[in-house]
Amino acid sequence: MMHFDMEKIDIAWCPGCGNFGILNVLKRTLVDLKIRPQDLVLVSGIGQAAKTPHYIKANFFNGLHGRALPPATAIKAVNPELKVIVTSGDGDMYGEGGNHFIHAIRRNPDLTVIVHNNMVYGLTKGQASPTSQLGFVTPLQVDGVFEEPFNPLAVAVALNASFVARTSIHDLALTQKLFAQAIQHKGFALVDTFTPCVSFNKVNTRQWYQEHTYIVGDDYDPQDRNEAFKKAVEAEPWPLGVIYKSPAKASFEENLPVYKNNKQPLIDRRVQWEKLEALIESKKI
Amino acid sequence: MTHSPEALGISIVLAGEAGQGIQTIEQLLTKILKLDGYHVYATKEYMSRVRGGTNSISIRVASKPVQAPLQRIDLLVALDEKVLSHLQYRITEETIIVGDPEVLGAVPGILPVPLRQMASELGNEMYANTIALGLISGLLAVDAQVMEKYLSSRFADKGDDVVANNIKAAGLGYDRSWTLRESGEVRFSEIRKHEHSNEIMVNGSEAIAMGAIAGGCQCITSYPMTPGTGVITFMAQHQHDFNLVVEQAEDEIAAINMALGAWYAGARAMVTTSGGGFALMTEGVSLAGMLEMPVVIHLAQRPGPATGLPTRTEQGDLELALYAGHGEFPRIILAPESLQSAFAVSRQAFDLADRYQVPVIILSDQYLVDTYYNTAAFALDPRETLPSIVETTEEYQRYQFTPDGISPRGIPGRGLGLVGADSDEHDEAAHITEDLDLRVKMVDKRLRKLGRIKEELPAAGLEGHKDWRTIIISWGSVNPIVREAVAELNRNDVAQIAIQQVYPLPADLHQYLKKADRTIIVESNATSQMGNLILRETGHTFQHAILKYNGLPFTVEELVENLRQCLLA
Repeated sequence: MMHFDMEKIDIAWCPGCGNFGILNVLKRTLVDLKIRPQDLVLVSGIGQAAKTPHYIKANFFNGLHGRALPPATAIKAVNPELKVIVTSGDGDMYGEGGNHFIHAIRRNPDLTVIVHNNMVYGLTKGQASPTSQLGFVTPLQVDGVFEEPFNPLAVAVALNASFVARTSIHDLALTQKLFAQAIQHKGFALVDTFTPCVSFNKVNTRQWYQEHTYIVGDDYDPQDRNEAFKKAVEAEPWPLGVIYKSPAKASFEENLPVYKNNKQPLIDRRVQWEKLEALIESKKI
Repeated sequence: MTHSPEALGISIVLAGEAGQGIQTIEQLLTKILKLDGYHVYATKEYMSRVRGGTNSISIRVASKPVQAPLQRIDLLVALDEKVLSHLQYRITEETIIVGDPEVLGAVPGILPVPLRQMASELGNEMYANTIALGLISGLLAVDAQVMEKYLSSRFADKGDDVVANNIKAAGLGYDRSWTLRESGEVRFSEIRKHEHSNEIMVNGSEAIAMGAIAGGCQCITSYPMTPGTGVITFMAQHQHDFNLVVEQAEDEIAAINMALGAWYAGARAMVTTSGGGFALMTEGVSLAGMLEMPVVIHLAQRPGPATGLPTRTEQGDLELALYAGHGEFPRIILAPESLQSAFAVSRQAFDLADRYQVPVIILSDQYLVDTYYNTAAFALDPRETLPSIVETTEEYQRYQFTPDGISPRGIPGRGLGLVGADSDEHDEAAHITEDLDLRVKMVDKRLRKLGRIKEELPAAGLEGHKDWRTIIISWGSVNPIVREAVAELNRNDVAQIAIQQVYPLPADLHQYLKKADRTIIVESNATSQMGNLILRETGHTFQHAILKYNGLPFTVEELVENLRQCLLA
């Protein structure tokens, strides 16, 4: 038992779902990093992956579909002492939440964003997701997907995201290593996590991921943005590992004027009555 | 019927193309008038464009405080010829129109003042606006020393030359005004001056923003949308002094979800928007309902549907505010009528949101946010905000059942407990559930808060003589216009109820309506949305509805006329 384990829970995932692996690796990583449940907030939108916060004993904000990043950004902004981790699926993050994904990367809040990417909609029962591959047939895309799949890594590199990684849950050790690096990274850290959907994706199975991925070599330099872009657009096999790290840059919170000269969390500050009185006074002319 | 200047003051309108400088004249003039002891009121109507078109600023100068626009124009300063057709419906035989013949051409009935020529004689055409300022100041018998003193301080940082030239330019206009007055071409009745240097002059946006700061607001996230933007702009400009996180979100959906995240983590947060942006926020409003998360939403109304008239005014979003968000949950909607109440309501909104853990919507409109006048300095005492956050224990449950439905609100990282928030139906610990008995209990818990809100919010009250038989009801920014119109009517049988608490409606409303022989509703919309709400809540149907929805606010004269007709019927 770990202190992030829930006492009694009825998990809504199918037996064999990759989400179990992600959940276990995440909990183990949190223990290893000695994060207190009280100091952790898990934020999610809606979807099967977005249920993860209900299965970890910590603070959590399970909001609306696609809307995990805006509250997560604000939580970190008003109390930077909290560790904030977003757990989301490919539909939640790249579909409904696509606009927030773009702009959160631009803001660079100190968030870890774990996207359970199974290339299919699970909770709504098997429709295509933004990352479904060409030709993927579903009850709704009856002739197969013809839209270009969304490439989260390439988009993140294009936006100069501060930390961009991909893992696949068939490799637990790599996943734990990347989760740990992402959580310790200061700034927006994306870990796109390949995971099988045993009920609705019969193409991209655990074995398929195993056979269609490789880990980038030690000679790969994730700080070279042009190389990272090349890596990000590679497919079949898909590269796993840290794909890109931007040159060091300030996080959203660090850029906020409220923290320029004062590190006290915003939530502990009070109304500046004298200054307000002076402001009102200044309106007498 | 007479609207003597003595009673209503003098109505001045500055009009011209966007970018011609009417705003510069306005800003200088209203401050000088205020400093000289006049009661000043100003409102603007403008087109949704950055250059060209026709914009106008209406200024009232009066012996008593005024808070409503007049229809008639006593003095029109026209900076181009398009102004005359744009404002034709407000121009009477008595209107004095001042303009530069070089610009306006030979238009009959205009008092020609060669502003441009006078300015070029000074060496720079830019000074034409300052000459106009001096001219108006002189026509209104402003103390020349007050004018010069203000211009000196206003342009001090631009150097001695600029100060000297502006004073000279204003002096030219001022001298010209005396010629016009002495020749009898222009004569305004005297307006009494008063000592009111302790009063402030701010517009509705500023009042709402300062109220928010007094209410402990620490975070404002919004997407720019006229006329809601003024509030976040003001807060951005003062963010360093007041410890504010100010973020321009990628869209209104992000804005409200950020605000909810900020409240969850323990800050007080708000969003400001207009109808279209609020429409995008409605799922977030529903989320606030489910999470029982406080949030303050400033919704500055403009005419819709869709893009509508972006820079104009309407009260067309009451029903949107009332019904926004899927599912059933309590909310509070407040519509301030004046600068004082904009400040007070905005401040109070944060305590109400926090106390009842519900969304609170401040329903203003373009007219209110863009209007300003001299008013008492906003009172700050008592200097405190409602303490509402509890330190959590290990057993803490965010949605603990309580008799009034309000659960103690903890925040993450402050205590030994854990704090959840879930958009799914949830148990007391905030975890997702499909226990349908629990569902019913949770719905009842959330709705119980509305009962508490209804008990604790104040009564509406009624303004008027004890012998009233007719009740006139209005809400929000329309209230002061109705108030002045009712005063003009001067009848013992007419009373007014000025609603500022839109939802839940004040509990005493029904008892007054039941006793009335005649009821009239006045709203800036086409379908009488407040009338419909009152019908829904009390069963009362109004005999008369006075509705305006052309994008402009009511004026005192047209309301007097409309009310007279209702009273004759």
